[in-house]
Amino acid sequence: MIVDVVGGILLAGLTLYAALGGADFGGGLWDLLAGGDQRGRAPRQLIDDTITPVWEANHVWLIFILVIFWTAFPAAFAAVMTAAALPLWLAAFGIVLRGSGFAFRKEVEALHWQRLFGAAFAFSSLIVPFFMGTVIGAIASGRIPANPAHADLAVWTGPTSLLIGALFVAVCGYLAAVFLTREASRRSDVRLRRYFARRAGIAGAVAGALALATLLEIHSANPALFHGLTHRALTLVIVSAACGVAVIAFLATGRRSQALRPLSVLGVAAVVWGWGVAQYPALLPGTSLTLTSAAAPESVLDTVVVVFVAAGLLVGPSFLLLFSLHGRQLLEGEKHAEEG
Amino acid sequence: MHATRALAAAIGQQVVPARAQMATTLGFHIILACFGIAFPTIVLVAEFRGLRRSDDVAMLLARRWSQVMGVLVAVGAVTGTVLSFEMGLLWPGLMRTYGAVLGVPFGFEGIFFFLEAIFTGIYLYGWQRLPGWIHFYTGIPIAITGLGGAVAVMAANSWMNQPGGFTLSHGKVVAVDPWQVFFNRATVYETPHMILAAYLVVGFLVAAVYAAGILRGHRDRYHRLGFGIPFTIAAILTPVQIFVGDTAARAIASVQPVKFAAIEYVTRTGRDVPEYLGGFYVNGKVYFGLRIPYADSLLVGFKPSTKVTGLNSVAPALRPPAITLIHLSFDAMIGLAFLLLLAGLWALWVWWRRRALPRQRWFWWLGIACGPAALVAMECGWIVTEVGRQPWVVYQLMTTSQAATTNGGVIDSLTAVIILYVMLGVVTLVILRMLARRWRPAGPASGGPA
Repeated sequence: MIVDVVGGILLAGLTLYAALGGADFGGGLWDLLAGGDQRGRAPRQLIDDTITPVWEANHVWLIFILVIFWTAFPAAFAAVMTAAALPLWLAAFGIVLRGSGFAFRKEVEALHWQRLFGAAFAFSSLIVPFFMGTVIGAIASGRIPANPAHADLAVWTGPTSLLIGALFVAVCGYLAAVFLTREASRRSDVRLRRYFARRAGIAGAVAGALALATLLEIHSANPALFHGLTHRALTLVIVSAACGVAVIAFLATGRRSQALRPLSVLGVAAVVWGWGVAQYPALLPGTSLTLTSAAAPESVLDTVVVVFVAAGLLVGPSFLLLFSLHGRQLLEGEKHAEEG
Repeated sequence: MHATRALAAAIGQQVVPARAQMATTLGFHIILACFGIAFPTIVLVAEFRGLRRSDDVAMLLARRWSQVMGVLVAVGAVTGTVLSFEMGLLWPGLMRTYGAVLGVPFGFEGIFFFLEAIFTGIYLYGWQRLPGWIHFYTGIPIAITGLGGAVAVMAANSWMNQPGGFTLSHGKVVAVDPWQVFFNRATVYETPHMILAAYLVVGFLVAAVYAAGILRGHRDRYHRLGFGIPFTIAAILTPVQIFVGDTAARAIASVQPVKFAAIEYVTRTGRDVPEYLGGFYVNGKVYFGLRIPYADSLLVGFKPSTKVTGLNSVAPALRPPAITLIHLSFDAMIGLAFLLLLAGLWALWVWWRRRALPRQRWFWWLGIACGPAALVAMECGWIVTEVGRQPWVVYQLMTTSQAATTNGGVIDSLTAVIILYVMLGVVTLVILRMLARRWRPAGPASGGPA
């Protein structure tokens, strides 16, 4: 059914946003935790170099998800935006602070300004994934009503929401640290490689623990979803756990590996798809809204598929070009270029 | 019954702050959107010149402009994101019913935005390592997708003004014709009007920066070229914009007659309708306006006997609010457009006579004024189209009150938005000033050959 395809497209968008945008958020997290100006200079520089040319493009996945969501499932979108308005407002404001803080920090030379904008960037990198996680938690735990008239704090402050909020932060930190480990090792920077490998291991362990806690919490919050996770989506749950354990084990041995990055992404993708498969066909659990019942007219769903295919044909190769140029270090800061 | 009335009251309370917030965030973002649409072309023209003629000054301008573009595009990316959140957070009623329809143009906009962001990343950071022409070519997709994104977003806005391409049944959209949604009746005039506006705003604003430099005595080639490239583009497009705007106004007179009546202070439907310049509209009367007999009928249908629909054609509740604001915004837009035209004609005249830019200080003062003038004209245009279509969010199908959130607390988010955006605007300007100051000593010294 076409509506399942559209659901898949939504999950694909979420996966790409989680993997690419998530790593950028995580970069901000490690920036926040990098310590004073002296101590934190090297890791901050690496984070900055890694994120700079790609963050805006990665950020567009969020817009893409929002648009597909409201286009294909307008009533569910309106329900989420009404019931969970506060965390969404906070996430939106965080996004403004984060992007502008990051862009401004590059352009200022005085240290105190760099500190201020850096702090805006780093702190909002922490809160945005947290609040987005609470909204996903509100959906997964079945707290969003089908036709809410008002926002409700109880919708997104339940244990599932808070756990998933924390999980999002940990996963972002985990992905970023794995990506940065690889970047440091490609630059033959042994010190930074160890630095981020250690952090990747810690964040991975924290994310694993939080994922497990979330799973247990879902057992009581949304038994149907729990059943899905332990039956239909069991393979995906196992894959995600296995990927996490493999990455942490690799990191613990201290060996360099090309497989770290794909494994970490696969692990996160398995979580996203595990959720989707387990919850299927419910769109907002606890309501009558399913993929089919909440879907837009068929011609609109067709358009969504056309847009996605067009995006795959046009945006996919462009992303590959961007990432490959970035990977070959052909994209350097203009600031260093001009007067240098 | 009581509950419905209470609900209606609650809805009414949220729609005003919700509209204020949408106006604030859109009014802010549209400036950055202009830079996203038009600035890449202007930067590429400078780079093209730099590469083609080995012109180091043009090349330096292109590099510096692209750095400014980097800052503005980043701020634009995040303020644009706020808008897509607001579509749901402020207007869940709209999205619930028409999200599926509005999503069609926005879906295509997503693709353009992706490509724009990707190639902006390549172009902005590829100056050093990518070879000259290759670097230039990576900028072409930014210019094209900027236009494409504008077309898509304008399709969404014009659809709200001229909704079509869908079937309603029991208040639910049951079928959609994406093609008709995208190319609705208003797209034809709204889209080119906005794209041209973007070129005018960016062209005149960038030129104004160098006009200020020239006025301070920096009549070197760096400043003349920095003024000349954006000013030429904007000045050439100004008469085109006036023509398109005139066509748009006449189209509105026929498809959104109440909006047009508000624009032109037409109280009663009739013939021989006069035109008012300026003036205030209070209780159906115009005060202090300059009255030109028959002019409005002439402008609409080229003869005095042309019938023009008045505000009295619909019930008071269905007329737009703040009619004075709509009319004065429209007048300001037109007046400023002719100021821009004057600046272009002046430069053209001098160029035709002696192949040089004007020497008169007055011209350079005008050059500075054109920047803010273009910006204000664009914002006034948005006031006309957005306030003028009230009380409808989807013309004649859904009112803005029906669309607005039923959540309390819009006042709070509005307050937060105002504080955040004032800070954002001030800091952006401070950073741009700082860049300009940093570049000053590095640029060619003043007093060079004029």
